[in-house]
Amino acid sequence: MKRPVIRRRDRPARRLSIRDLLGEALAGVTARPSRLALTTLGTVVGIAALVSTIGLGQTASGQISERFDAASATRVVVEPGERDGPDGAVQAVQLPGDAAERVNRLAGTAAAGTFARVDVGGDRVRGVPVSDPSGSIEHDIPTVAASAGLFDAVNAMIADGRVFDDGHDERGDAVVVLGKYAAERLGISRVDTQPSIFIGERSFTVVGILDSVSARAELLDAAIMPMGTAAAVYGTGAPNAVEIRTEMGAAQLIGEQAPLAVLPNNPDLLSVDVPPPPGSLREDVSTDINAVFLALGGLALLVGGLGIATVTLLSVLERTSEIGLRRAVGATRTHVAGQFVVESVIIGFLGGLIGAAAGVLATVGVSAVRDWTPLLDYRLAIVAPLLGAMIGLVAGTYPAWRAARVEPITALRTS
Amino acid sequence: MTTAELQVVHDADTEVPVVEMKGIGRTFPGPPEVRAVENVDLTISPGEYLSIVGTSGSGKSTLLHLLGLLDRPTAGTYVLDGVDVSTLSERRRSRLRGERIGFVFQAFHLLAHRNVVENVALSMLYQRVSRRERFERSRATLDRVGLGHRVDADPATLSGGERQRAAIARALVAEPSLLLADEPTGNLDSSNAEAVLDIFGKLHAEGLTLAVVTHDDDVSKRAQRRVRITDGTLSEEKR
Ligand SMILES: Nc1ncnc2c1ncn2[C@@H]1O[C@H](COP(=O)(O)OP(=O)(O)OP(=O)(O)O)[C@@H](O)[C@H]1O
Ligand SMILES: [Mg+2]
Repeated sequence: MKRPVIRRRDRPARRLSIRDLLGEALAGVTARPSRLALTTLGTVVGIAALVSTIGLGQTASGQISERFDAASATRVVVEPGERDGPDGAVQAVQLPGDAAERVNRLAGTAAAGTFARVDVGGDRVRGVPVSDPSGSIEHDIPTVAASAGLFDAVNAMIADGRVFDDGHDERGDAVVVLGKYAAERLGISRVDTQPSIFIGERSFTVVGILDSVSARAELLDAAIMPMGTAAAVYGTGAPNAVEIRTEMGAAQLIGEQAPLAVLPNNPDLLSVDVPPPPGSLREDVSTDINAVFLALGGLALLVGGLGIATVTLLSVLERTSEIGLRRAVGATRTHVAGQFVVESVIIGFLGGLIGAAAGVLATVGVSAVRDWTPLLDYRLAIVAPLLGAMIGLVAGTYPAWRAARVEPITALRTS
Repeated sequence: MTTAELQVVHDADTEVPVVEMKGIGRTFPGPPEVRAVENVDLTISPGEYLSIVGTSGSGKSTLLHLLGLLDRPTAGTYVLDGVDVSTLSERRRSRLRGERIGFVFQAFHLLAHRNVVENVALSMLYQRVSRRERFERSRATLDRVGLGHRVDADPATLSGGERQRAAIARALVAEPSLLLADEPTGNLDSSNAEAVLDIFGKLHAEGLTLAVVTHDDDVSKRAQRRVRITDGTLSEEKR
């Protein structure tokens, strides 16, 4: 029989395609399912901890920034406080009438205004002139007083007309600005006809209607008159509060300086409402819990990586006969190493996938309990399994190197 | 290195021996140093059915590993299928091993968790054979060894004889130039051993080159030619 020296066959396919390599590695990994589950555990825990920590961090800061918008970050309120005096009597103070002007002198104040509740002695508010007393409806609309600066301080938006100014205030003019709900109840929607309202028997011209305010929402329900008018007509004395809108970032400073400016002799007796320092809420979330969870997650990942390395090494030792056989049917050292690397990458990837799912579930679950809107960067769901795969890659390197070094003759020796 | 670059020792026209070993030695460095194979000259012609006999520890397996490129000699030259393999890189040797050599082991070495046809197809995994062709050829070869009805079986459910037949199918499917078997009947009862030897006889009749290591006379009697290893040294046996 004659033989050709070198036989050639038509061999279109690649030498060990990616698909074949993946197939072999998957078969190797899934051969022992319970071991696979145990091997992925560390990675699952680690990735889940990382994903939920980052997810909850993002969710929490989302809630903070939602509530903690620009308006509330620049709002400072000064109110009269009280304290127990040395003789047991309660010491109380009143805000001076020019409190807003005093605060306005401070650098960092954008706008300031005073606010007072007006005692109208039981008078009711009507929108219709007395000419038709039978048809007029009396409303229980609160009456308040404000300095002209208050509107600016609470970012008031005007639906129609304008707000009163310092001139109205000084002259004690009989004008009011209506909050939008008060205007609705009185049936007033426009001011170009110069409508009037009656408080008791007194007539006030409506100069404007408020559409919205960023703070002190009670203004929207009220009839608002100038401080000077309230003082002249109803004897309203000291303001109940000073509303201050500060420049961005100046709230803390103004919070410290305002009491001294308002009441130089007794600043301690004023109560001041300042927003929390910017970022402090966020930091609360990130520093304490996050650091612990990230550290735990990192530790779990390290343990997970070591777990994958150990089990893959164990499986290399167990499968020497398989390695020998693969070498006997033509596998190179690279083929053998490649298979074990891919196997541990698959384990890491699976761990990352399950861990990412668990982390997302934890984020959604905690958000539901806390009544938060879960916020999670979707890229996290892609990055997490890849991180798992990376860990598998690193963990599989040494076992794969050991597998490549297995001598076929040793591996195939009959036990 | 491509196939064309390989050193071709013989002309294509003359009949090229499958194996040509000259002065082959294999010394395990130890300590103690073991000279497992010493100064072996061995030529195996195409279609020959050779048995290698010898006492335990005489060096039979070592010689078979050298023949199958699983191990490198420490001395001598080895030309396989006209190619001098003594100087080849590990990668080239792996490739050649997969393409030219079929192994049958005493311990079968079938992979657990993979069915019979997958075990057979594994033989062509590291060659340029498409997945479909691998499985088609594996089924056909399993038919040849009488296992066509067990292609999807788990090897663990096979009898010893069936396992060895699956292993033979795996050794044959890539169409090797040389089939090497190390105590192929060592784990089998006499009737299963008989069946395996019948297959070998049939393969020999079809023109395949076989070298079978055994210490069993019944096995070596089937072969056309017998060599004996004594303390690593080879001698031809007349019959
Ligand atoms: N890797 C090795 N390192 C050291 N010595 C070895 C190694 N492999 C084989 N030997 C020694 O080489 C000699 C030949 O071993 P070999 O396995 O070839 O014997 P054998 O003829 O196949 O024996 P058996 O019939 O028992 O299988 C023995 O003395 C053995 O101990
Ligand atoms: Mg032996």
